[in-house]
Amino acid sequence: MSNGKVTNILIVGVGGQGTILASRILSYLALEEGHDVKVSEIHGMAQRGGSVVTQVRMGEKVYSPLISEGQADVILAFERLEALRWVHYLKKDGTIIINDQAIDPVPVILGLQEYPSGIIDRIKGKVPDTIAVNALQIAEECGNAKASNVVLMGVLARKMGFGKEKCIRALEAKVPAKFLELNKNAFEKGWNVQV
Amino acid sequence: MKELLTGNEAIARGAYEFGVRVAAAYPGTPSTEILENLVNYPGVYAQWSPNEKVALEVGLGAAIGGARTLVTMKHVGVNVAADPLFTLAYTGVNAGLVLVSADDPGMHSSQNEQDNRNYAKFAKIPVLEPSNSQEAKDMVGLGLEMSEQFDTPVMLRTTTRVNHSQSFVEIGERIDDTAKPYVKNSRKYVMVPAHARGRHVVVEERRGKLAEYAESCPVNRIEWADRKIGIIASGIIYEYVKEVIPEASILKLGMTFPLPEKLIREFAAQVEELYVIEELEPFLEDQVRLMGIEITGKQLFPRIGEVSQKIIAEKILAVTGHRDLVNQSILAAGAAEEKDVQIPVRPPVMCPGCPHRGVFYTISQLKMIVTGDIGCYTLGSLPPLEAMDTCICMGASVGAALGMEKAHPEMHGKVVAVIGDSTFMHSGITGLLDVAYNRGATTTIILDNSTTAMTGHQDHAATGKTLSKEITNQVDLVALVKALGINQVQIVDAFDLKKLKTIISEEAAADEPSVIIVKRPCALLIKERTAPYTIDENCINCKKCMKLGCPALSVQGDAVVVNTALCTGCGLCSQLCPSGALKKEGEGNE
Ligand SMILES: Cc1ncc(C[n+]2csc(CCOP(=O)(O)OP(=O)(O)O)c2C)c(N)n1
Ligand code: SF4
Ligand code: SF4
Repeated sequence: MSNGKVTNILIVGVGGQGTILASRILSYLALEEGHDVKVSEIHGMAQRGGSVVTQVRMGEKVYSPLISEGQADVILAFERLEALRWVHYLKKDGTIIINDQAIDPVPVILGLQEYPSGIIDRIKGKVPDTIAVNALQIAEECGNAKASNVVLMGVLARKMGFGKEKCIRALEAKVPAKFLELNKNAFEKGWNVQV
Repeated sequence: MKELLTGNEAIARGAYEFGVRVAAAYPGTPSTEILENLVNYPGVYAQWSPNEKVALEVGLGAAIGGARTLVTMKHVGVNVAADPLFTLAYTGVNAGLVLVSADDPGMHSSQNEQDNRNYAKFAKIPVLEPSNSQEAKDMVGLGLEMSEQFDTPVMLRTTTRVNHSQSFVEIGERIDDTAKPYVKNSRKYVMVPAHARGRHVVVEERRGKLAEYAESCPVNRIEWADRKIGIIASGIIYEYVKEVIPEASILKLGMTFPLPEKLIREFAAQVEELYVIEELEPFLEDQVRLMGIEITGKQLFPRIGEVSQKIIAEKILAVTGHRDLVNQSILAAGAAEEKDVQIPVRPPVMCPGCPHRGVFYTISQLKMIVTGDIGCYTLGSLPPLEAMDTCICMGASVGAALGMEKAHPEMHGKVVAVIGDSTFMHSGITGLLDVAYNRGATTTIILDNSTTAMTGHQDHAATGKTLSKEITNQVDLVALVKALGINQVQIVDAFDLKKLKTIISEEAAADEPSVIIVKRPCALLIKERTAPYTIDENCINCKKCMKLGCPALSVQGDAVVVNTALCTGCGLCSQLCPSGALKKEGEGNE
């Protein structure tokens, strides 16, 4: 992250996927680096399975908590369709990390609309720096599907060049003790994903 | 020390630091977390009231009694609290009172997007608008001081982006010695006409003094930069302007009623182009125009929804003679536009195992007209249930059903009012009283899920617990409803579809008003899950279960599949299955 510049990270997913922990960890990391940070989190009906989006902005001085379209340096998408919905927020030469998982929205469940096929290839066609990860599977291997958010954090942290020790400290600060081992493990696996 | 806090956490922190001793609220997005945070601070008494009117009345009692007080609500809550507010503006306070009005431009979670700064002007009380969490905290303190200095309630008007964004806040110590003695003064606090006439004079004088104060109020300031473009902004818009036109001169208004006329004139006189950027109503703009100052505002910026950085950049670029001052990189094209693919929407849905689902399934099967209300159950208006005809404001369902019945007596038996337990406590009781009083035959269904689910599970007068989770009196809904004059009251299990159908049909057909209390706690309150359901080869593919709209059920290929990770085992789907294919895991015969 160069001086004077603000880094924009958009975290998107579906209510209940644990996107908020990811933003908590990110802002902890930014704080440790001595950056100014703003985070915007719209939650209203998030618990009821709607799309959720968290915006994190960090840099020397941050005014607005919001990222404009085409301005995100990184998008961390917890679900394929949400990646597609928000990819227009990515700037040219930006990075998108996509959890290769599909959660059908109600119109799809009801057969009123179709879940678009080939989302990842589609995005890859436009965004050279697309990283697809099966975080759910990795989290399950660690023993808990719910840890996919931390797997994705591992991928993101390495990609963004945050120090690993700092990340572990962030986990220690933000994750309840009884899930810490599981999450450290999940983070490590995410960190080591070949991109 | 600095901490990263949301606007709501910062307001709670501010209330603590600036010696608030009493706080009252009714939950409502985006304001709810203020009291949920404040209750954890020592030395502050905080409570949920049944509705916003009562919350403000508790607040005014506390303030007149001598405690610094915070009252919080969402924008539409101020409609409910408007009656005490307008006359509290006459009496004034004793110790400071700050009313937080959390507005929701863009309607992230609301039924309308009214601009409550108009209330401040209407009631002639000052309004403060923070741009970030630090200001949100500071303005609680400033508001309390102004409230005491000018003897008036003060409105702290936030918007969703301020309430729900995190930024750094300097943490301070609590001021403890804020209590004031109560002094009886009936000419000031008893608003009979003879006294109120005198107080109205005081209110008008106060307005003048406040306008004078606004000139030097520390939160109103000019940030001089390039004088080719001058922008008047408040709240979150100030932060957007700093991003989009960083070189412009800005008149940042933290206090937006009454306005500092001299300061505005001084600013206007020295800039080449003058703009006012605000969300929703031309609140600042109209007042500036009345001063005879020419200004560009709503000709460019929308009255509907939020104003974004992109809108600001586009609109200013379209008219300004100084394009070089605009940070055009904000409009730079991104990596990808997805125009050629239809992206299915992802609306919120009732959770798997939601106790509201069976009721809405039943009334949709009975093809009834449903006057609805506000809560998680409003999701029953969406496909596939689509069982709601009206949803206006909290509590409206009951009166609306009575009105429908009075409009067309032949509609009797076809109309049902549906209302949540928290909403019933908030403002459904009086509607039901009207039904009893005016001999309606309305059927009212109270969905008792033991919580205020929609806003994140707050307790209320019928849950038996307070904001601080202490055990308290629990309203006896049956006794309450009977006391209002409704004799026909039944309690039904939310998961018993057969019984729901029989009772709803019977009660709707009866010539007497009735209440059906449908009971089951919200699925998210249940910590231990029961076994999920599974589907076996007996499935005849009729897809009757799919009419429930349960997100744990989906059709893959052509077969119905249960997502056992989501299924809570409520059993509704198996009650609809004609072939016994849906069985509770472990109870099947396979
Ligand atoms: C005047 C007003 N105050 C607050 C709100 C915010 N709000 C919407 S629904 C609701 C309560 C929902 O609780 P309940 O009726 O029990 O239904 P549930 O969500 O539990 O199904 C609240 C507080 C509002 N819309 N209007
Ligand atoms: S939170 Fe509770 S009341 Fe709301 S949809 Fe989910 S189960 Fe139903
Ligand atoms: S039992 Fe059926 S209706 Fe109930 S949660 Fe499970 S799948 Fe949904």
